[in-house]
Amino acid sequence: MYKYDEIDQAIVDERVAQYRDQTRRYLAGELTDEEFRPLRLQNGLYIQRHAPMLRIAVPYGMLSARQLHKLADIAARYDRGYGHFSTRQNLQLNWPKLEDVPDILAELATVQMHAIQTSGNCIRNITTDQFAGIASDEIIDPRAVAEIMRQWSTFHPEFALLPRKFKIAVSGTKQDRAIVQAHDIGLEFYRDDQNKMAIKVWVGGGLGRTPILGSVIREHLEWQHVLTYCEAIIRVYNLHGRRDNAYKARIKILVKALGIDEFRKQVEAEWAYLKDSPNTITEAELQRVAQYFTKMPYDTLPAHDASFDSAIASNPAFAAWVKRSVHAHQQPGYRAVTLSLKPHGRAPGDATSEQMHVVADLAENYSFGELRVSHEQNLILADVKLSDLFSIWEQARAAGLATPNIGLLTDIICCPGGDFCSLANAKSIPIAEAIQQQFDNLDYLHDIGDIELNISGCMNACGHHHIGHIGILGVDKDGSEWYQVTIGGKQGNDASIGTVIGPSFAAEEMPGVVQRLIDVYLQERTEEERFIDTVRRIGVAPFKAHVYAKKEAAHV
Amino acid sequence: MSNLILGTSIVEDEWNLVKLPVLGEETVRKQAGKVVLFKLTGEKTYSEEQIAATVIPATGKILVPLSLWIARRAELESRLTAGELAIWLDTHEVLADLVSAFDDINQLPLIAVHVERFADGRIFSIGNLLRTRHGYKNTLRAFGDVLRDQLFFLKRCGFDSYLIRADRSAEDALASLKDFSQPYQGAVDDKQPVWRRVSRQPASQP
Repeated sequence: MYKYDEIDQAIVDERVAQYRDQTRRYLAGELTDEEFRPLRLQNGLYIQRHAPMLRIAVPYGMLSARQLHKLADIAARYDRGYGHFSTRQNLQLNWPKLEDVPDILAELATVQMHAIQTSGNCIRNITTDQFAGIASDEIIDPRAVAEIMRQWSTFHPEFALLPRKFKIAVSGTKQDRAIVQAHDIGLEFYRDDQNKMAIKVWVGGGLGRTPILGSVIREHLEWQHVLTYCEAIIRVYNLHGRRDNAYKARIKILVKALGIDEFRKQVEAEWAYLKDSPNTITEAELQRVAQYFTKMPYDTLPAHDASFDSAIASNPAFAAWVKRSVHAHQQPGYRAVTLSLKPHGRAPGDATSEQMHVVADLAENYSFGELRVSHEQNLILADVKLSDLFSIWEQARAAGLATPNIGLLTDIICCPGGDFCSLANAKSIPIAEAIQQQFDNLDYLHDIGDIELNISGCMNACGHHHIGHIGILGVDKDGSEWYQVTIGGKQGNDASIGTVIGPSFAAEEMPGVVQRLIDVYLQERTEEERFIDTVRRIGVAPFKAHVYAKKEAAHV
Repeated sequence: MSNLILGTSIVEDEWNLVKLPVLGEETVRKQAGKVVLFKLTGEKTYSEEQIAATVIPATGKILVPLSLWIARRAELESRLTAGELAIWLDTHEVLADLVSAFDDINQLPLIAVHVERFADGRIFSIGNLLRTRHGYKNTLRAFGDVLRDQLFFLKRCGFDSYLIRADRSAEDALASLKDFSQPYQGAVDDKQPVWRRVSRQPASQP
């Protein structure tokens, strides 16, 4: 993975000094709350319900074992011994003290980490597929360009105060796992008919209050122009995006208002001036950065491993875990492993300091000292030998990291919600826990099969509920917490936004509602169908009818 | 003491700022009960009456609003020739209107951009476009809600003069012009991104 040189290190060190002084001025009364707000937000610091929340950047989800050890130590020293991995592949601390944040940043800088632009109205952490570089369906590893874009977007002077937040995702696989269509800019890498690296550019997607899938603004962009083309897009947005109403300030609203053709015309007119300007990426710079993302020094291994095969045959618990948690790899004899941060009855995405140390050790011992965070809020060991899987499983299981539920109903994607977040209308974690308890039977979960359930505590949609096969949104009605349910959302190349099934539910009804949705699926499905396929085939009506029929009957 | 920074020094302001007079009640724009803080790009926020009622100082260097120049150009031409006229515009005004109002914007010794709220990042694109697209070479000043934590960005976007908000110290603000020694991306002040500026070798693996 990318390693800082003295230039990168100087930037994070200077940032620590800058933020330390900003914090000092705020505490001394030299900056008002309103003036300090964008400064702390651009450093990932929210003022929350109980305490500030600090969001630490994990660029495109990649971490070294050393960094994870440090995060574990920071969580133990400055927080309550745990952290929350978010849907943007970042790590959030829920209980740091405002005055400790400069020291936390200084600690992070020692392991080449920071919290720059993890919030605020600026270009945020760039996200990608957690299997980048090893995915069997990969066409182009997008991480080198993602790193070049991370550097370009860091303190980009023209885009420091945009109308609203700005999220970019990159993907280089046949099956999109980075949700490029749900981002302000989505970059889909492919090889063109000259076999050159090219990019299909999506713009104006986003979830939040107004969920919209992006439109293609350019089918073919040569890779070296990606920075200048993004500058053209973001400049048009910076000048013309609405600033008078925060709910209408995202680029998607501008794209919708102008229409994609007019928006494209304006961007292309701007780009005519920017194209080939010095921010055009050189072959040498791409090569320099790409050196950090070369293939790992793999052993040459046979495609099968006898000890692994016999462990599968003799140990059903191990076999069940492998079935859900182990993924195909480009390299023979290697696999990727997902460690579940979704044990039943715990907040999804949370990891304790002890667990972080365990994962860091596993990465060091078995996966070249690196790991990834997925936007589904789990941790990935990307380069593991088949013969090591059994040991990893035993150690992960002992640490509570081997719940065999990856991709199943209880692998819930969930924001921190009303327990922590001051934006939330409703709690999300207790809903996730109640659903996990309702479905606390692994055989039954495996029978239900692949399904994604996403929960957001408010319409800002950090839990990506719109693209959950089942989406749950916390809403506020007259001061009490209710939950609106959508079905039929999906991430991927055939992404879709879910449909609301009807009036919202009270918290205690939610496990029953999900149960009834599952009942309809189990009754209606064909042999091959996943939940989402059945919803797409038969539509929302049968689900709706069953959920609300039962509800009315129960109330009689 | 002056609160005006030019380059990296604090200097006296030799320009007399001319504003459109407020006539009658100023209307506060609201939406859903909340005051609207930002004006939309291209929104007209002055009246013919205000333009007509503006008193133009008879002598000295004057910094006048773009709208005044466009409407009362005949009265101001001689001042431009004498090098006594500068123009200011708001972040919601359209830059093309400024550019088309002059044969050559480099006739202006000073262009000032007024930022009503420090969080209004349009000022950055306006500075950038004036310098790169329109080739403006003279002094480019930011004034209004100008605070030290935006100075580094303003500098990188082509501004070289900053009137720090009256209740803050310009002396303190000077330090922020040096927040970062080697920024990543090319911008107006240094068009080369870091990889074209210095030779970056791969870091040794720890």
